[in-house]
Amino acid sequence: MLPHGDDEEKWLAEGIAGIQHNAFYMHRALDSNDLKDALRYSVQMLSELRTSLLSPHKYYELYMRAFDELRKMEMFFREETARGTISVIELYELVQHAGNILPRLYLLCTVGSVYIKSKEAPAKDVLKDLVEMCRGIQHPVRGLFLRSYLCQISRDKLPDIGSEYEGDADTVNHAIEFVIQNFTEMNKLWVRMHHQGPTREKDKREKERSQLRDLVGKNLHVLSQIEGVDLDIYKETVLPRVLEQVVNCKDELAQHYLMDCIIQVFPDEYHLQTLETLLGAFPQLQPTVDIKTVLSQLMDRLSNYAASSIEVLPEFLQVEAFSKLSNAIGKVVIEAQVDMPVVGAITLYVSLLTFTLRVHPDRLDYVDQVLGACVKKLSGRAKLEDSRATKQIVALLSAPLEKYNDIGTALKLPNYPRVMDHLDNGTNKVMAVVIIQSIMKNTTCISTADKVEALFELIKGLIRDMDETQDDEIDEEDFKEEQNSVARLIHMLHNDDPEEMLKILCTVRKHIILGGPKRLPFTVPPLVFSALKLVRHIQGQDGDVIGEEISATPKKIFQILHQTIEALLSVPSPELALRLYLQCAEAANDCDLEPVAYEFFTQAFILYEEEVADSKAQVTAIHLIIGTLQRMNVFGVENRDTLTHKATGYSAKLLKKPDQCRAVYACSHLFWVDEQDGIKDGERVLLCLKRALRIANAAQQMANVTRGSSGPVVLFIEILNKYLYFFEKGNPQVTSSVLQGLIELIKTEMQTDGSSDPSADAFFASTLRYIQFQKQKGGAMGEKYDPIKI
Amino acid sequence: MVLVLAIGDLHIPHRAPDLPAKFKSMLVPGKIQHILCTGNLCIKEVHDYLKSLSPDLHITRGEYDEDVRYPENKTLMIGQFKLGLCHGHQIVPWGDLDSLAMLQRQLDVDILVTGHTHQFKAYKHEGGVVINPGSATGAYSSITYDVNPSFVLMDIDGLRVVVYVYELIDGEVKVDKIDFKKTATTQSAH
Repeated sequence: MLPHGDDEEKWLAEGIAGIQHNAFYMHRALDSNDLKDALRYSVQMLSELRTSLLSPHKYYELYMRAFDELRKMEMFFREETARGTISVIELYELVQHAGNILPRLYLLCTVGSVYIKSKEAPAKDVLKDLVEMCRGIQHPVRGLFLRSYLCQISRDKLPDIGSEYEGDADTVNHAIEFVIQNFTEMNKLWVRMHHQGPTREKDKREKERSQLRDLVGKNLHVLSQIEGVDLDIYKETVLPRVLEQVVNCKDELAQHYLMDCIIQVFPDEYHLQTLETLLGAFPQLQPTVDIKTVLSQLMDRLSNYAASSIEVLPEFLQVEAFSKLSNAIGKVVIEAQVDMPVVGAITLYVSLLTFTLRVHPDRLDYVDQVLGACVKKLSGRAKLEDSRATKQIVALLSAPLEKYNDIGTALKLPNYPRVMDHLDNGTNKVMAVVIIQSIMKNTTCISTADKVEALFELIKGLIRDMDETQDDEIDEEDFKEEQNSVARLIHMLHNDDPEEMLKILCTVRKHIILGGPKRLPFTVPPLVFSALKLVRHIQGQDGDVIGEEISATPKKIFQILHQTIEALLSVPSPELALRLYLQCAEAANDCDLEPVAYEFFTQAFILYEEEVADSKAQVTAIHLIIGTLQRMNVFGVENRDTLTHKATGYSAKLLKKPDQCRAVYACSHLFWVDEQDGIKDGERVLLCLKRALRIANAAQQMANVTRGSSGPVVLFIEILNKYLYFFEKGNPQVTSSVLQGLIELIKTEMQTDGSSDPSADAFFASTLRYIQFQKQKGGAMGEKYDPIKI
Repeated sequence: MVLVLAIGDLHIPHRAPDLPAKFKSMLVPGKIQHILCTGNLCIKEVHDYLKSLSPDLHITRGEYDEDVRYPENKTLMIGQFKLGLCHGHQIVPWGDLDSLAMLQRQLDVDILVTGHTHQFKAYKHEGGVVINPGSATGAYSSITYDVNPSFVLMDIDGLRVVVYVYELIDGEVKVDKIDFKKTATTQSAH
């Protein structure tokens, strides 16, 4: 029957009252130097600690009260013995007459402390005596506190090396022996608690036990503070003895806490040198012990130690730390704790990987070994569902990227993609994005087709649909962002050698074609421009490879381009495809490949005719067609005529009159290329301009009919400007009188136009200002403009 | 004094992965009052990036822009200057100064900013200025070979504008400067 909360408070209060009451009389006796009474009252006071009613937490409060009083007693004993009223040996005998064992042992320890300080007996003998005598208390809580008291009063009196209590040779062994013995006894008491009392209160009891753990751990702390515990002694005596106790106690709570304690209190250097012994203990622990936390703790400490100074690294190599840790984890994960959840195992591998990356950054084989071990643990399972486990895998896979800042390194690890295969689709994509970001951040250039192949294998989650069922769940924005990151990535795949570059492009193409209509609009353009860059590169160095068997020719690349752009038709994405065809046409023009250029133009025209239906899209497309065609010089007369004829035809068929008009006057430039050998067909230029004028007229009439207002006079001003352009370029068909007529026409239009358009006014004004400007320029141009009156 | 950034033809991610790091470190929020972007960004991420540099962002439509709502051209007043903005693929022959001058007259602007050719240009022309900031990413162009990344900063102060051109050549940023003063005679009629 354990105490109810209120009762416990009452009992504690009673205990404290008892202590206070007896302490009062004890103080009076101390003041009057009455040793006998002082002892009597102190025994009565200490008897309060005999209670079994209190939980460890409350017992601790009581203990602390008694502890304070005992300090006063110790002071008194010291003064008495110093004054010679009584010898310390007599006192040591005297307190043993106390009737009850618990008060007797507390007093004995107190006098023992004075005894050691007096140096009338060797510290080791007194300590041995005390630690043996304390066996008299076998009640766990009472025993633990008594021994804790012993530990407390003795810690500054151990016969340590360099201590004033150091006696003859190897007394340090006695100090160690004393602490280990006290530790062992305390641990036994602590473990025994687990087995006492009814089973139904087990949880509560374990919680209480947990509160007592630091009492036990303090011994290990004291051990670590002993100067005489050097590496040899630690290795030969301390660690084996402590581990023996830890393993043999077969208690989950104690094992977890004490292993952790060992790792925390002793220096890293010792751990490194005793790694085998320490790790050897792990598989022997109870299967329920949370080994991963403790082991991770150890690896983290060792990693930090390695990072602390470059001088310690040889030690790690010398003791083969990696293989020892790796083996130990293998033993634990595969053999000792088969049921460890996946997340635990992976956490361990993350710690081991962190360790490896810090200690052996040059050993990629170690990194791969860790990943391989992870694959082994994951194999035979379905994709991971546990979000904590996938998070750990992402950490595992991200660590090498962060360390090496070079995806090339990860691509060399055969087990890397195999780990990724165990991720669910969502996480797989996240990881792929992380990989791409790493490449972008470090501007890593992926320079061989093999590496590209390996990379696409890693990021395949972004490249193609992994399963068809989840299509609806994909967030539009996320998808766009992912695909844009793939598009950016394509620019990082590069090699200056055309042959290798071509291989890279083919590899990329092979993968992105699998992406389906959703992805192609994102991935095709970067591939096309990457290929066009290669074309230009080869074009720049032609001549020096004559006779050699080469596959990276512009012709070959244009074939690939053709097929790649064609894939966009399945999307369908005609406007984008049309733009890309025109880009290719111009590139083919620059390579002097007339048939290729013609073919690309044909494709663009087919798309225009069959697929581009939106009138606004048509306007943009026709300007791109005219703009590109205007720049082409590869075509012979026949091909050129066909294409210009088509383009002019399309222009005149646009839906809106103003759009028609503008496209048609733009076509005039197809017949007048202001270059040395450019075509200069003044007549056909004029035909275009006249046609534009007719359309402008028609537009105006239409406006009159439908809206009762005059139409867009601005079209006339635009055409006037085109006339001026060709007038200046010396087109004989464009004369000053034609210009004069047009100016007069616009003036009339603007006067009759009731609703004035300020922007048209400004345009006309600035055009007239320009003519004035040219007239005043003098020289040939001034002369040319002279006849025009404004 | 007002700083205006003219930038365009980034072609991200079609032709370039990102802006050059050197440019990114130069272009920081809070320094630039207005941005004139000629177009071809091409994606929203780039739009958002520009917006983060200055909220007063003006964009015209390039032929590869994902956002179809950008206008074909745009005019605005900054201080005493009237500026016009257009991508330029609509103006045939592409990059032809005389044809751009026609657009300048049509929009009736002191400064015309266009792109498309990926070739940085800044002319004083007929009492105005015609600027092409080039491609900020040095993107591939069918028109221009060996494109260097470039952009333009205009420092507008009263009737004076100083045009700074930043060009990235072999990893180094080169700056050029063109001074332009607007006189009463070039004042456009409004």
